[in-house]
Amino acid sequence: MPFKETKEELLSLLKQMLEIRYFEEKVWELLARNIIKGASHVYMGEEAVAVGAISAIRDDDYITSTHRGHGHCLAKGGKLKYMLAELCGKATGYCKGRGGSMHIADVTKGNLGATGIVASNIPVATGAGYAIKLRGTDQVCLCFFGDGATNNGVFHESLNMAALWKLPVIYIIENNLYGMSVSVERASAVQELYKKGCAYNIPGEAVDGMDVMAVREATRKAVEKARKGGGPTLLECRTYRYQGHSRSDPRVYRTKEEESYWRKRDPIQSFWKRLIEEGVATEEELQGIEKEVEEETNEAEKFALESPYPPVEELAKDVYVVK
Amino acid sequence: MREITYREALREALIEEMKRDESVFILGEDVAIYGGAYKVTDGLYKMFGEDRVKDTPISEAAIAGVATGAALTGMRPIAEIMYIDFSTQATDQMVNQAAKMRYMFGGKSKVPMVLRTQGGAGRGIAAHHSQSLEAWYVHMPGLYVVMPATPYDAKGLLKTSIRDDNPIVFIEHKMLYGMKGEVPEEEYLIPLGKGVIKREGEDVTIVAYSRMLHVALEAAEALEKEGVSCEVIDPRTLKPLDMDLIAGSVRKTNKAVVVSEGYRHCGMAAEIVTRIIEECFDDLDAPVKRITTPDVPIPMSPVLEEEAIPSAKKVIQAVQEIL
Ligand SMILES: Cc1ncc(C[n+]2csc(CCOP(=O)(O)OP(=O)(O)O)c2C)c(N)n1
Ligand SMILES: [Mg+2]
Repeated sequence: MPFKETKEELLSLLKQMLEIRYFEEKVWELLARNIIKGASHVYMGEEAVAVGAISAIRDDDYITSTHRGHGHCLAKGGKLKYMLAELCGKATGYCKGRGGSMHIADVTKGNLGATGIVASNIPVATGAGYAIKLRGTDQVCLCFFGDGATNNGVFHESLNMAALWKLPVIYIIENNLYGMSVSVERASAVQELYKKGCAYNIPGEAVDGMDVMAVREATRKAVEKARKGGGPTLLECRTYRYQGHSRSDPRVYRTKEEESYWRKRDPIQSFWKRLIEEGVATEEELQGIEKEVEEETNEAEKFALESPYPPVEELAKDVYVVK
Repeated sequence: MREITYREALREALIEEMKRDESVFILGEDVAIYGGAYKVTDGLYKMFGEDRVKDTPISEAAIAGVATGAALTGMRPIAEIMYIDFSTQATDQMVNQAAKMRYMFGGKSKVPMVLRTQGGAGRGIAAHHSQSLEAWYVHMPGLYVVMPATPYDAKGLLKTSIRDDNPIVFIEHKMLYGMKGEVPEEEYLIPLGKGVIKREGEDVTIVAYSRMLHVALEAAEALEKEGVSCEVIDPRTLKPLDMDLIAGSVRKTNKAVVVSEGYRHCGMAAEIVTRIIEECFDDLDAPVKRITTPDVPIPMSPVLEEEAIPSAKKVIQAVQEIL
C-alpha cells in the first residue's frame, strides 16, 4: 500500500525510532559504566508503538506513560539531552533529576507522566478523558501500559468507566509477551488481550506493534472516533522488548530462538527497507538521518554528564504548591 | 559460626518452614522462575513445585486478598509484594480484611499469613521504589509488623512469623540483602516483641531498626572516639514493641534519640518518642530527638536521595545536641 503521508512525515517517524534506539543503547552503556544509577527499563524493540501511536495525535492531546517510558517521552516531544540528564539525576533533566528513568516526562508537552507503579496511570488517563469531556474539547488521551498491567484491578475499573461515560481515551497495550519474567500465557486467562475490552463493550483490535504504519493507522482510526464522541478503543500492539526487564534480568524465562525471531522483525530495519522500496528516500538519505541521530546522542551524553546535580537545598521544594 | 547473607537467611527460613509444614506456600510476582525480584525465593519452585511457589499476575490487591482467604481456610500463605511501595494496592485487603477478621467475627476466625515485602532507599530508584511505609501498617489494629536488620534476626523472625497465627507484615530492606552475618546451622526462633541491645552504653540511648540500625551503630562507633558512650537498641518488631527494653535503657542513660527511615509525620519514630515520653518523662534529662526522612517523596538523583535519608552524621549531630 503506498503511503498517504508526506516524505517529511515518514522520515520523521524513522528518525524518532532511531532516536529512541540510540538513546536506549546509550542508557544501557551508561548503566554498565555506573554513570546512570538505579534502574532503567529500556524500550528497544518497541519503538514503533510509541512513535506510531503518538504520530496520530495532535500536540494538544494527552498521553500517559509507564515505567518503560523513554520512548513515549521522546515521541511526545522530548529532547534527548534533557532526557539523558534526567536519567543521570541532573538538575537540567525534565524532572530536575528527581524522577529518573521511571518518572521521565516533559509534562509541558501533554505527557501526563511516567509511573513506577504498574497500571497506575490507567485511571489517570481515564480522568484526563473525563476532563476533556467536561471541557467539551475534541482532545483525546492515549494511555500506554503493558500486558502485565491488564491483570491489575484498575485496568478493569477504568475501562468500565470509560465505556460507561464514552470517554475519549485510547488504551494501548504494549504486549511484549512478558511482565518481568511472567509470560502472558502464565499471567492472563485470556491470551488475546484486546478481547478484554469486550467485558465493557469497548471495541478492541490486535495490531502489529513492529510496524509503525500499522500502529499509526489503528490509532488514527480510534482517535477519529473518540474525537467525535464515539468513546474508547482498546488497541493491543504486539511487540517485543529486546533486552531483559532491567539490566539485572538474565532472561531465563525465554528462549534465544524467540528473541531472534522478534529481532528479525525489527521495526526500524523493516521501515527503513520499506522507505527505500517504495522510493520515498535513498539509502544515503536514511544514513544521513542515522548519522544525525548518532551525533545528537553523543551531544546529549556530553550535556548530561556536564550538567550539575540539583542543589541539596532544593530537596523539599515543590512538595506542595506554595503561593 | 558460619556467616551467610540476609538474603540467604531469609531463604533458609522459607525452606525450613515449607519443609516443616505443608500448609505453608508462597505467592507473588516473579517468585517462581525469576526467584523473586531480590532473589529470596531463588530455586524454591524447583524444590516445592509451582503450586507452592506461585507466580501471580500483577494484582497486588488480589495477592493480599487471596492470601487472606487461604489463611482463613487453614493454609499459611506467604505473600510476597515486591516493593512496599506497591503494597498500597494490597492495603485494603490487609487492613480491612486480614487485620480485622478475628475481632469482627467474635474471636473465632484467624488469618495466619505473612505479607513479605521490602522497602527503603539507597538504590536511586525514586519515589515509587524507595519508601519506608511501615507506619501505615503499624497503625492498624490486628497486624503485627516485623523489620529485621541482620541475617540472624531475619531468619529467626521470619520463621516465627510464619508460625504465628496473626497476619504479619514482614518488611525487609533492599540494601541489606547482601549483608553477611552469623547465623547458626541449628534451628532457632526469635519471639515477636523482643528487642535487642546491640551495643551497651551509658550516655544516650539510640533506638533504630532495619537499615537505620547500622547507621546508628556507625554513629555510636564515631561518638565513642569522642568519649560519648551510646546504647543502641533494635526493637526488631515494631508491633509488638519491646517498650520494656527501650524504657529500661532510657532510665539508665536519661537521653534518647530515635532513628527511622520513614517519613516524619506520624511515623514510627514519632510513636517511639511518644512512648518514651509517656513512660520515662521523669527520667529524661533532655528533649528526645528523632531523625527521620523529611516529608519529601524520595528523589532519584543520588545527591538528593542521600540528603533525604538519615545518616550517621545526622545521628551524631542529634546526640551532640542533647549531651
Ligand atoms: C503495582 C506494581 N506491581 C509490580 C511492579 C514491579 N514491576 C515493574 S514492571 C513489572 C512488569 C510489568 O509488565 P508489563 O505491564 O507487561 O510492562 P513491561 O515491563 O513488559 O513493559 C513489574 C511486575 C510494579 N512496578 N508495580
Ligand atoms: Mg510486558
